[in-house]
Amino acid sequence: MDQIFGIPINAFMGQLLIGLINGSFYALLSLGLAVIFGLLNIINFTHGAQYMMGAFGAYFLLNKLGLNYWWALFVVPILVGATGVVIERFMLSKLYKLDHLYGLLLTFGLALIIEGIFRNEFGSAGLPYSMPSQLEGGHNLGFMFLPNYRGWVIGASLVVCIGTWLLIEKTKLGAYLRAATENPKMVEAFGVNVPRMITLTYGFGVALAALAGVFAAPIYQVSPQMGSSLIIVVFAVVVIGGMGSILGAVITGFGLGIIEGLTKVFYPEASNTVIFVIMAIVLMIRPQGLFGQR
Amino acid sequence: MKWQMKTLALAAAMAVAGSAFAQAKKDEKKEEDKISGGVVKIGVLNDQSSLYADLGGQGSVLAVKMAIADFNAAKNGLKVEVIFADHQNKPDVGSQIASKWIDSEGVDMIIDTPNSGVALAVNQVVRDKKKVFINSGAASSDLTGAKCSPNTIHWTYDTWMLANGTGSAIVKNGGDTWFFLTADYAFGHALERDTEAVVLKNGGKVLGKVRHPLNTQDFSSFLLQAQSSKAKIVGLANAGGDTSNSIKQAAEFGIVKGGQNLAGLLVFLTDVHALGLEKAQGLIFTETFYWDQNDASRAFTKRFAAANGGKYPTMVHAGVYAGTLHYLKAVAALKSDDGTDVVAQMKKTPTDDPLFGKGTIRADGRKIHPAYLFEVKKPSESKGPYDYYKLKATIPADQAFRPLKDGGCELVK
Repeated sequence: MDQIFGIPINAFMGQLLIGLINGSFYALLSLGLAVIFGLLNIINFTHGAQYMMGAFGAYFLLNKLGLNYWWALFVVPILVGATGVVIERFMLSKLYKLDHLYGLLLTFGLALIIEGIFRNEFGSAGLPYSMPSQLEGGHNLGFMFLPNYRGWVIGASLVVCIGTWLLIEKTKLGAYLRAATENPKMVEAFGVNVPRMITLTYGFGVALAALAGVFAAPIYQVSPQMGSSLIIVVFAVVVIGGMGSILGAVITGFGLGIIEGLTKVFYPEASNTVIFVIMAIVLMIRPQGLFGQR
Repeated sequence: MKWQMKTLALAAAMAVAGSAFAQAKKDEKKEEDKISGGVVKIGVLNDQSSLYADLGGQGSVLAVKMAIADFNAAKNGLKVEVIFADHQNKPDVGSQIASKWIDSEGVDMIIDTPNSGVALAVNQVVRDKKKVFINSGAASSDLTGAKCSPNTIHWTYDTWMLANGTGSAIVKNGGDTWFFLTADYAFGHALERDTEAVVLKNGGKVLGKVRHPLNTQDFSSFLLQAQSSKAKIVGLANAGGDTSNSIKQAAEFGIVKGGQNLAGLLVFLTDVHALGLEKAQGLIFTETFYWDQNDASRAFTKRFAAANGGKYPTMVHAGVYAGTLHYLKAVAALKSDDGTDVVAQMKKTPTDDPLFGKGTIRADGRKIHPAYLFEVKKPSESKGPYDYYKLKATIPADQAFRPLKDGGCELVK
């Protein structure tokens, strides 16, 4: 059999694809972070907890209201996004004039509180959520067995990422948003309600995290700490991509997923540190991140 | 004259009674002197907030309180208090709390302490300070092997027992080629080492292994490696959330449908509950306690669940309960809470409790009782909540644990 770096080419292809799947979660989450940081200048540490709330939301819709996965895809991001709107309106909006650090402290504290409440209510072992029947099973691609659900996650998150990028870079609404981050006073003078736009932007970023949570529910354990283990990696992804760069977040998300996947083959013990090693190198060579401008 | 006699008699009687009373008072005082601070203080040290919080956590605190109530400490002349703390799965945090508890808060006995890394650290602290450590939650067989201590009792299970129970049953049923998925810390390494030895001894082969970081979310890459190894058995040398995530994703990647089988080397009731029977069915593993074994365990479970938000006890909770009970018996018998004496007394007396039945504690600190090979039921076989296991085999007490001479414990002469 053909080999690449000492492992069979089939196994290598499989790992590439798996890296891409994990990358799509990184991309979705870092996209939300990048949107929030780019437009609000807030480092949203609550993102992991909001991702976890998305997964729990899917669980509740199914088990309490009987609404299946497809409903959850739409309903959960709206509900969790609404909690984000409340947080922005009543807490974050008070902090914009202060140092970044205050926003970071607030969101970090909120994350701890939310996780604590969920752990108290539901325990730490997690809850079961079954896969939608339409996406069960999988296909044999020759080099690996690809579960249908994972294929769906790659596709769906690519669509969401590209859609968000187009929305912000190519539409009029996006132009307003970008203008408002440059000079809010000026944009307000043109009759645009900037505070409301900022509130909705935060809600949108939070909704993206919740959507990733719904995607994760059928394959990862729905547990209160599922977000906190992921969020640190996602922050590293955002830093490598360049804080606030939307395209950077998406591309580095997928790219680092692949690098991490390959590390799991060549040196599995390092798989949860490799991203931070890359982050350190990037920060030394290009402190603004790969796609950051400044 | 008559009244004089009467008064005298009364005075004499009072004097006798008085001195008897004084004597009794003195005896009591003497007893109190032997119980440090007049109180037996038990500290539950475990994971209260992370991946092992459900299998121990507050449930273990409850189990200790139930044991104190069932022992009827007050009637036996003992005053018992319970405190608890979160070791956050960090050995330095755990040993710090243990030292503080013993030095400044008068704690006499520390119990539970899952996470082998933390348990080994606390083991040393308790030994240096000559108190009592009853471990229920941690797995490493080193606690009664190379690192054994005259102040430690390892109650519920260990890696050797898990490996021996599950490993040999599977190899004998034809699962003779293995691939290990191992949690990369003290516990995972010990479990992998002990299981590999059992597999090789029974004529099996290990085709490969991969070590994953503790608390991993995505196992697909490791599972793909297991799949391409073509091993008949994928051995999961991990615990808690890591185990349930790997089982969940193994189903997704068609590992079992493709003809490979999973061996969960350490599975708790809470893990099966978290997975749901649909995903966990058919899984084979070894435990030493299951709530639905007999009338006594069912009665205990009913009381436990009522006070624990409906959640049923794991074998770790059962071990905490039984360990506390046996400890209090020893303290009451000695009328002392001197650590080394109490542990010696606990080893001397046969154990007898409603959850593990009659048993013994060996010189190396290993509690001896039978182990059970369980299989997870199909959803159609389960009759109600937590009706999850069926018994496949019972491993008698004298075969369930590592033979005394093989452990390398210095206490064994």
